[in-house]
Amino acid sequence: MATRPPTVRQSTSADPAPDSCGRGNERSEPVAAPMRRRLAGFARTLRDNGFRVGLAETRDALEVLTSAAALRATSLRPALRTLFCATHSDWQRFNDIFDAFWQGRDMRTRQLLTGAPIAGHAPARRLAEAHVPGQALGAADRVERTSGGDGDSAAAGRGRREGASRTENLAATDLRHIVDPEETAAIQALAARLARAMRARLIRRQQVRRRGRRLDLRRTIHRSVSHGGTPVELRWRQRKIKPLRLVVLLDASGSMSLYTAFFVRFLHSLVEAFREAEAFVFHTRLAHVSPSLRDRDVSRAVEKLALMAQGIGGGTRIGESLATFNRWHARRVINSRTALMIVSDGYDTGEPKRLAEEMRRLRQRCRRIIWLNPLLGWRDYSPQARGMQAALPYVDLFAPAHNLESLTALEPYLARI
Amino acid sequence: MTFKREDIAEKLAGVGYIADRDIATALWLMDFLKRPLLLEGEAGVGKTEVGKALAAVHRSELIRLQCYEGLDQNAALYEWNYQRQLLAIKTREGVGEDADTIEEHIFSEKYLLERPLLAAIRREKPPVLLIDEVDRADEEFEAFLLELLSDFQVSIPELRTIKATAIPRVVLTSNGTRELSDALRRRCLYHYVDFPDIDKEASIILARTPGIDTALALQVARMVAAVRKEDLRKVPGVAETLDWAATLAGLQVHDLRQEPEAVYETMICLLKTHEDRSRLTREVSGRLLNKVA
Repeated sequence: MATRPPTVRQSTSADPAPDSCGRGNERSEPVAAPMRRRLAGFARTLRDNGFRVGLAETRDALEVLTSAAALRATSLRPALRTLFCATHSDWQRFNDIFDAFWQGRDMRTRQLLTGAPIAGHAPARRLAEAHVPGQALGAADRVERTSGGDGDSAAAGRGRREGASRTENLAATDLRHIVDPEETAAIQALAARLARAMRARLIRRQQVRRRGRRLDLRRTIHRSVSHGGTPVELRWRQRKIKPLRLVVLLDASGSMSLYTAFFVRFLHSLVEAFREAEAFVFHTRLAHVSPSLRDRDVSRAVEKLALMAQGIGGGTRIGESLATFNRWHARRVINSRTALMIVSDGYDTGEPKRLAEEMRRLRQRCRRIIWLNPLLGWRDYSPQARGMQAALPYVDLFAPAHNLESLTALEPYLARI
Repeated sequence: MTFKREDIAEKLAGVGYIADRDIATALWLMDFLKRPLLLEGEAGVGKTEVGKALAAVHRSELIRLQCYEGLDQNAALYEWNYQRQLLAIKTREGVGEDADTIEEHIFSEKYLLERPLLAAIRREKPPVLLIDEVDRADEEFEAFLLELLSDFQVSIPELRTIKATAIPRVVLTSNGTRELSDALRRRCLYHYVDFPDIDKEASIILARTPGIDTALALQVARMVAAVRKEDLRKVPGVAETLDWAATLAGLQVHDLRQEPEAVYETMICLLKTHEDRSRLTREVSGRLLNKVA
């Protein structure tokens, strides 16, 4: 981080890159030093906000500025936007960052705090503000907010048994009580194993192989040309293995708060182990969290997410969150080889009808819907919650997820998908 | 031939594409920096049209590569004409030529089938290469494309390395069904194409629909904007708007308010699924119409 400014400056004063298209001769005089510095600062701000701005982009931007004759001040913004953005989310956030930077307010520090989009507007940002720094994540002190007290104490009794048998019991320990690092590591290993089990499956797409089930006539004939038309070398086609994609929607509402900390870690491991995984967190609204989860620093990523997951009171709006998902994200993140995993207790304060409708839409889009319900592992729990009832008809697998044992039990199922 | 930034929008309008300042800047930048332009946006916002219009403006050839899952180099780059090669072998064997000569002969330009990518770099005048729906292609293809886009040369093992005679203007479009690789994104300039606002859509209708009057075009644009706000499975794109406008013009409708029934019935031009159709009932259509007019 600290070495960045010098690198930028160095690159900007260097000769124009040797380029095949010969645009170097269009350059007029070099951009004034203050402007160069300002631009480097802007690039840095963008980087801090998660844009992938490299030296090449900065150099190109300078070149655009150099051709001032062709650019009026009004088109600086669209030009830089086209140059610096790479994704739709970049595109949406660019204007605010641009204004903030060029109008003098340096928003870097505030942005860094959460890694979330523009101050004030974005849900994630507001969530973070609701959080008091220093408060433990997962908040084990909020026990009184969970319902179904009987099962709770039974599970707690089992998990809290101290002493020699502690390790063996880990798998059966209710996830609410897993705190120490070793156990956390075990969770990560499990998540990685689950991810591996699900990763590969066959698809119909075929691939050319030396051996296979069907003859690839076209290529065989191609090969035969060098033998004067006699098909000596045969070419075959075989089914290709394509990765399964996993999309996880995690309920982070108050009623789930005891499990949130664990599942956030679980999510992080999944996103890391899967090449194609997307994660969302919802309570009263939905937030896309995979970018934050991809932070290489595990603890920072988990912390960042836990902040977002820390619900701001109020109930869970599963139906509405799913509607947001369906409308804005589903088309991008869901394809025919997607397994959707919803982790929620099904306590919905919205309309059950709405939830059922959105579940039906999801059902049409993806390959499997897995609903993990931590409460299901509690003794005497039956899915009576209205939301749960509404969603169940569309769920392929409804499974408990209150301890490692129950998650491990998922592995054979996921491997079969 | 590069245009001044101010001229681009005008030229595009001349060929029937209504461009705003942002896209005009993007297209200018693309020429200035000689980089490919990646267009993203919902289906039906007119991404492909950008490529077509660009070709028309520069009076150059449009070479289009439609991507799909499983698209490979043979379909995208080049292929040998096996049938002709085999024939040539047989006939030449009869004459008694030796193997080396035959080989040299059958792996010559004559037997090479150009596919879009190869065609695009072998033209005298730089063409517009439109790589449509690149998100549908596999990741491997994307990597290969990246290589081509950075070097603009293709090596054909049996023949030679072919260098671009002219660097094509490359436009890539993506519907976002799959996340594209960072490398490809970084190689390209980026522009997100949104649904046009009401005024812009009205001018598009005017430019593309012969014999429609301004008032109706504006009404249609307003109505479509209202329909898009409804909770639909498939949001109507600009192409659907144009269909609808043409239908209304064909039916001699001059004022939407006067003919709510015709509006409701012709709305099949906009709504492409049964679910959407049943959602936009007569009542809803009437309500939207009242709001619009």
